[in-house]
Amino acid sequence: MRNTTETLETIVAFARTVRAAGVGADPERVRTMVRALDHLDVLDPSDVYWAGRLTLCSDPADLPRYDRCFAAYFSGDTARVPRRPPSVTVTRSAAVPVAPRADGHGGERADPRTATACETEVLRRRDVGRLTAAERAEVARLIALLDTGAEHRRTRRYAPAATGRVDPRRTVREVLRNGGEVSAVRRRARRTRPRRVVILVDVSGSMSPYADALLRFAHAAVRSGGRAAEAFSVGTRLTRLTRELSHRDPGTAMAAVAAAIPDWSGGTRLGVELKEFLDRHGQRGTARGAIVVIASDGWERGDAALLGAQMARLGRLAHRVVWANPHKARPGYEPLTAGMAAALPHVDHFVAGHSLEALERLATLVRTGGPRA
Amino acid sequence: MTQPAADRAAEIGSPGELVGRLDAHGYLADEGAATAAFLALRMRRPLFLEGDAGVGKTALATTLARLLDAPLIRLQCHEGLDAAQALYDWDFPRQLLHLRAAEAAGTADPDRLEAELYDRRFLIARPLLRALETAPSVLLIDEIDRADDEFEAFLLEILSDFTITIPELGTVAAAEPPVVVLTSNRTREVHDALKRRCLYHWLEHPSHRREVEIIRRRLPAVSERLAGRVAHAVRHLRADDLLKPPGVAESLDWAEALVTLGARDLDPATAAATLGAVLKHRDDQRRVTARGLDALLDGG
Repeated sequence: MRNTTETLETIVAFARTVRAAGVGADPERVRTMVRALDHLDVLDPSDVYWAGRLTLCSDPADLPRYDRCFAAYFSGDTARVPRRPPSVTVTRSAAVPVAPRADGHGGERADPRTATACETEVLRRRDVGRLTAAERAEVARLIALLDTGAEHRRTRRYAPAATGRVDPRRTVREVLRNGGEVSAVRRRARRTRPRRVVILVDVSGSMSPYADALLRFAHAAVRSGGRAAEAFSVGTRLTRLTRELSHRDPGTAMAAVAAAIPDWSGGTRLGVELKEFLDRHGQRGTARGAIVVIASDGWERGDAALLGAQMARLGRLAHRVVWANPHKARPGYEPLTAGMAAALPHVDHFVAGHSLEALERLATLVRTGGPRA
Repeated sequence: MTQPAADRAAEIGSPGELVGRLDAHGYLADEGAATAAFLALRMRRPLFLEGDAGVGKTALATTLARLLDAPLIRLQCHEGLDAAQALYDWDFPRQLLHLRAAEAAGTADPDRLEAELYDRRFLIARPLLRALETAPSVLLIDEIDRADDEFEAFLLEILSDFTITIPELGTVAAAEPPVVVLTSNRTREVHDALKRRCLYHWLEHPSHRREVEIIRRRLPAVSERLAGRVAHAVRHLRADDLLKPPGVAESLDWAEALVTLGARDLDPATAAATLGAVLKHRDDQRRVTARGLDALLDGG
């Protein structure tokens, strides 16, 4: 065997490359890779490939990234840590955390404190597409506070309850404790759990004034929904954002989202995207029985008939489908775009999504299943 | 006396050797699956298998059990699965009966009676406890993505130290940790902490050649040519954007259906008659038929 320190260094450096490419290769996983190589041939590229793939990756999405890193790292090129996506992308898409910080130290923090309740009230109704940087920061802060926890559904798990069916396990335990005397009958009832919430945010060009606020809304949902919320971006590519959005800090989460979305401000292929979502995630259970929120203006460049068919499929799978359209609040708005017209028959709630107030209503709708807005 | 599974696992010197052993038991593994299984045996780490339905996740576990000559203990996950169904449960009716019998006999010593009630004979071992008590064994935790996430947390504990504490009886530790295989169809994201304890392998559909071999191996009555035609058509179907792309299980079903009907070749007529064996969704059948079965069977 070769010098072990050298091998170790190579593996650690390789793992760093893999981690930089977005694979969650934490130190524990790297240790496992080293241990796996004890049982394999370190000099055999294929063994090294599999040792790394089996221990460092944990998701099908990791595999292409891993393959790229492996090829780059072991093909003789110098081990370059892949470049982070240019920060320009972050600034354009998630402008909020960057802009206020630039104008001074802690300006972002000072603003909300001085803002009066009245100003906040006005801000609540303003269209988020037409705010100044400082106002945006304040809105972003308020969105982060939204509680979008979902309504509850009954599960198959039981929990002790005052009323309900007899719980033989606990009843008998009680009887045994009392030496065979049946003193009280214990009961149990089905537990409830929050319904899964799935949010699909359109990040295509026509949505760019609203995408930031809506992604922040998705962040609040993922944060407050625990493991029951999922978020995706749609545009020309479907991207799962749940992992990126699970950062507690909105700024970190938004930066991660900006890095993860490959198709900012591109075109819209809602039908194709929705089909991909249903094929890859929905059919298998993500959308099944869930509350699905689609945040989009419904500008469909592709085939509206396909969108209609996919919406029908979604309607059959989901518990409720909510469509939030930022343009809905505009005076005289009619859902005339082909995409919107095709989708509407399969939507349970059609709501606005242009202001803080609208997002608050959306959160309430998700949480309580409230009346048609 | 059977040989301990650890020794059997130690006999296997390399992933390549494991390919041969799996092959001898009817499982044609590619390099990735073999390396994954090899490391799972050697490192005693649970193996987490993901992949589309029908790529052979469960089959890998059952074959490993046969290869190690160890019993396969299977825990099928579903929503609402809890400790009592997965781990152990007390046999309450029998306990009560025992209590009544003791009362009737006039036993006066309550302490002794209580000790008797929590005797091992009143304990019903469910799959996880059985797997710890049976050495060697292969524990298959099937479709973990169907269980609730609370269950994952609970599983985490057991998979990290292979012991179970039963308050009334004490701790049960595995003499030899079972070989654990977890499968998931990705209906939801499984928690990272659980995956971190495991080796992760994504199973792909087999290559054309391997699929032909699998069909020939499992169904010797199928000719090389017919198996090739079926594998070719199924490959087309997988690329065809269907609601339910066919897995290896569907290829086998299809080949078997064709042989049962006495078909020598896969032509549009026989394909139309047997399409239900490979496409199990009405929309998919309609779609493929509308596009024409000739197109599907082209080449091959």
